[in-house]
Amino acid sequence: MDAFVLQILNGLDKGGAYALIALGLTLVFGTLGVVNFAHGALFMLGAFCAVTLQKLLSLEKVTEDPTQLTAWGTPMEIRTPYIETWLGDLGTTLIDYSVPVSILLAIPVMLVVGVVMERGLIKHFYKRPHAEQILVTFGLAIVLQEVVKSFFGANPIPQPAPEIVAGSADIGLLLGMDPGTVVYPWWRMVYLLFSAVVIGLVFAFLQFTTFGMVVRAGMADRETVGLLGIDIDRRFTIVFGLAAVVAGMAGVMYTPILSPDYHMGMDFLVLSFVVVVVGGMGSLGGAVAAGFLLGILQSFASMNEVKTILPGIDQIIIYLVAVAILLIRPRGLMGRRGVMES
Amino acid sequence: MIEKHSRRGDLLLLLGFALVVAFAPTIFEPIGGGYPDLLQKFAIYGIFAVGFNILFGLTGYLSFGHAAFLGVGSYTAVWSFKLLTMNVLPALVLATVMGGLFALFIGFIALRRSGIYFSILTLAFAQMSYNLAYSVLTPITNGETGLQLTHGDPRVLDALFGVQHGDGLPSTDLFGMSMSGWSGYYFCGVVLFAMFYVSLRIFRSPFGMMLRAVKSNQNRMNYTGINTRPYTLAAFVISGMYAGLAGGLMAVTDPLAGAERMQWTASGEVVLMTILGGTGTLLGPVLGAGVIKYFENIFSAFNEATLMDVFSFLPETLQHGAVAITGLFVGEGWHLTLGALFMLIVIFLPGGLMEGVNRIKALFRGGLRRGEVRRPATMTG
Amino acid sequence: MTRRTITRRDLLKTSAVLGAGFAAPMIFTRGAMAYTNEPKGATVTFGFNVPQTGAYADEGADELRAYQLAVKHINGEGDGGMLATFSSKALKGNGVNGKKVAYVTGDTQTKSDAARASAKRMIEKDGAVMITGGSSSGVAIAVQGLCQEAGVIFMAGLTHSNDTTGKDKRANGFRHFFNTEMSGAALAPVLKNAFGTDRVAYHLTADYTWGWSQEGSIKKYTEQLGWKTAAAVRTPLGAGDFSQYITPVLNSGADVLVLNHYGKDMVNSLTQAVQFGLRDKQVNGKDFAIVVPLYSRLMAQGAGENVKGIFGSTNWHWSLQDEGSKAFVKSFGKEYGFPPSQAAHTCYCQAILYADACQRAGTFMPSEVGKALEGFKFDGLGNGPTEYRAADHQCFKDVLVVKGKEKPTSKFDVLEVVEVTPRSQVEYPAEMLGGELGPFNNGTA
Repeated sequence: MDAFVLQILNGLDKGGAYALIALGLTLVFGTLGVVNFAHGALFMLGAFCAVTLQKLLSLEKVTEDPTQLTAWGTPMEIRTPYIETWLGDLGTTLIDYSVPVSILLAIPVMLVVGVVMERGLIKHFYKRPHAEQILVTFGLAIVLQEVVKSFFGANPIPQPAPEIVAGSADIGLLLGMDPGTVVYPWWRMVYLLFSAVVIGLVFAFLQFTTFGMVVRAGMADRETVGLLGIDIDRRFTIVFGLAAVVAGMAGVMYTPILSPDYHMGMDFLVLSFVVVVVGGMGSLGGAVAAGFLLGILQSFASMNEVKTILPGIDQIIIYLVAVAILLIRPRGLMGRRGVMES
Repeated sequence: MIEKHSRRGDLLLLLGFALVVAFAPTIFEPIGGGYPDLLQKFAIYGIFAVGFNILFGLTGYLSFGHAAFLGVGSYTAVWSFKLLTMNVLPALVLATVMGGLFALFIGFIALRRSGIYFSILTLAFAQMSYNLAYSVLTPITNGETGLQLTHGDPRVLDALFGVQHGDGLPSTDLFGMSMSGWSGYYFCGVVLFAMFYVSLRIFRSPFGMMLRAVKSNQNRMNYTGINTRPYTLAAFVISGMYAGLAGGLMAVTDPLAGAERMQWTASGEVVLMTILGGTGTLLGPVLGAGVIKYFENIFSAFNEATLMDVFSFLPETLQHGAVAITGLFVGEGWHLTLGALFMLIVIFLPGGLMEGVNRIKALFRGGLRRGEVRRPATMTG
Repeated sequence: MTRRTITRRDLLKTSAVLGAGFAAPMIFTRGAMAYTNEPKGATVTFGFNVPQTGAYADEGADELRAYQLAVKHINGEGDGGMLATFSSKALKGNGVNGKKVAYVTGDTQTKSDAARASAKRMIEKDGAVMITGGSSSGVAIAVQGLCQEAGVIFMAGLTHSNDTTGKDKRANGFRHFFNTEMSGAALAPVLKNAFGTDRVAYHLTADYTWGWSQEGSIKKYTEQLGWKTAAAVRTPLGAGDFSQYITPVLNSGADVLVLNHYGKDMVNSLTQAVQFGLRDKQVNGKDFAIVVPLYSRLMAQGAGENVKGIFGSTNWHWSLQDEGSKAFVKSFGKEYGFPPSQAAHTCYCQAILYADACQRAGTFMPSEVGKALEGFKFDGLGNGPTEYRAADHQCFKDVLVVKGKEKPTSKFDVLEVVEVTPRSQVEYPAEMLGGELGPFNNGTA
């Protein structure tokens, strides 16, 4: 029972992460018709917003202590973060909360990145074949990745969650089980909640605002919307910015779970494409549903009991399910006819 | 869309191609590419990309899982070296056949869908192959380490014909001709030429015409009562056989097969090669393959010391500056250059490198038809 | 539309042109050599094949720094580093066999194919007489096989799998780094002292050859102590999120978690295991423990605070206080401003050991150099008395058991040495791991 509950939690948590990454991708796919291979790089840039803020906050004042020497003979350096000297305890708290605080940095940064990317590059590729979109965005992803690598190196950089949520919670007690049987890290629950809120906000935005209505109309039939005299281009820029912000925020919040490195975007790229396609092209709801479905199935496939019967099943479950779903439902879970089918 | 092809033009193309293949060592020597391994890679990935182009360039079906066939070809060839004989012919035949069979299976399922759904299906199959080959299929693939020859392999055919391999590890041969070094390159070169010729024939055949029709409008084809599936499946299997052959050749020149050959990045690489060179053009894929492999092997090899040499004509302060700046783009930064190159090409030469070639050609023909550069057939959304 | 195709006869005519090309290779055959890439000029070229892109790029960069330092020292520049403490005094700081050492570099990308392509370039184009480097066992074994075929010496970099000098050993390949067998043997007594003999272990293992090798060794030695193994679960390489593998540990009754992961997998699985409260957990009335059998300081930095108090083994650590280590850290730190990693150390040693063997053999011929390395006993390279065992080309030396430091004084000060397990305890018979060296190959150039 406890194993079951835990795997459900794992699945939801993973699903939340998958859905959040896929959400931005499917927005861009569905509205703009662009195959964006740089979406993973946006996720990675978001994560490095957190790294940058942490580095900035912990900028250190370096004083040398000539009485002590390092192993290679230079004076030992004593480092104290400026922010602690300036703000005292508040500074320490700020450093502790650097991950959630960097959301505030990530939103404007990613918005600018998204808008610049769309205006400067993607805009010119709306009418171009998908293959060329893939090449140009893949090139961009590599460039972004390498730039980040040249600043931060290739190794993962730890981003601890704030002290207060660093540990784990005893959920089992709430469910009336023995203490200690179902414990789950606080941060993962924060992440799950966060992804639910963001997904909800994006849906509400598209559902209940005029802007969203126009975008949805554009997704359905771009030409007609254009003929109605609506400046769809400007809105698409904003949609791209929005997708970048969602990807970036997902990246920031994921850093305590996965120490970020320059390559993390590529690692998620294939997976997010699978999620989007299994969900069905042009369907936001499909992407979210597919994210949770694949997350939960992956968690259960990784259980020992399953693996002893089907060795290696956890390695391929996502792809296996993708194949099965695409064979049963030609356009994924909720795909619309004619989107990205030719 | 239909281009005119004169027989003379095709013959010139083949002749030029043959000349380049034959004199590649001399041609690439000045730019540091004139050594056997790189030229072998040019030829092998050229075959891979030419085959990929038969599917993607003609039908527009974008497969993201072609590396699986390459990997299967490699494993088959190494097993043939282990079990049958060190002669490369059986290995290559088996590799091609296995690549084709594998493609038949995957193509049969994946071609039920089109567009992005097709791409993801092929990707899923390739990723499954990769993940399994890396882990639970280790008894067959030798996992992370890669499948290698050992001294104690049976090699029944060699034993049957009394071929001796000495104390060390045996090496691959074609009836006594060693398949490493320059002879290996020329072997690959001949195969590349033959495969290029086959691809040309396919491009010019009614079958090729049918595939192009699938690309331009599959629905219309279906409405006219033609079932397009057998045609696309045939194209898929042919390109799978090309990939299997390329994989086999990799094992021929270097008898080791690793699972990472099947990873999605490897599938992506052949897509990039084809688009970079020019989708749907005959020569483009070979060009694209060459450029990517050149960057991977030559640009990554520059280090600070070599750069210092290159800029030694500058005064010292400038030299350090120049080394620091170029150092970002070569050596460990070679990925950056490659990424930037992708972007530049696709922005300024939408038809890939072949468009650049055509523009230059047009330039030579004089300003008569200025601005009227024909874009090669590319995939449309 | 005119559409004509080429006939087979046309093809034959064209193919004839190819024949002309076959003459070309003759032009490129260099003068006769006694062995592959015999150096004829005033320099000898080493090939440094390290990961410059991909997950191990930082480790590769550190390896390259060490090699560049080693070349300086061999050529008599800089402070000489460990050459001063090295027990063999054959190298005089004037190059090797009267030739200055030059080097070429390449990117393995931590992929066997790329690594072999890059090694081939060094051998075929740049004339490298020895290849060294690398940061994973798959790559090391692949490149080792290549060097055997090509007839050059391979001095393995960071590779920890038993197979490198076991099942897949080759005469032309030599490894200074330790392996999973030694990790297991060295860790077991320390684990016994720290956690007792009545423990239940749960393994999470990277699902590929190295992981299995590691799992097997740790299981073998801990079960000899009397530990039980609750389960050994395979995790996909690069899984990223390990939560679905970690939660079953919680209620499995196990009180030790062994993470047979390396690199990014290790950083992620350890970070996440700690988040799940495993480090502070009590099971069976005992404190739950996490063990990471192979530690890398560079990577451990990526796990931050989470490594505190966690046991593992390592080939070398910069805080060692013997003369050799001190000289190396000083030399490296002066040059680059931070201490070297274990990858840098093993690569530096390999370069020095190779150069020294060539000097002693008086040639670069692989068979002679190999014989000079076989059975070579030395000291002063930071690991105490060490021997290159002739039977499997594996270095035998003391193994360090380390622990994540509770109060680090700098960002490099992540690990502390708990114990140095003497060589005698980690030695095993060469036949145990199987494989066959075969004869040396000098190549035929």
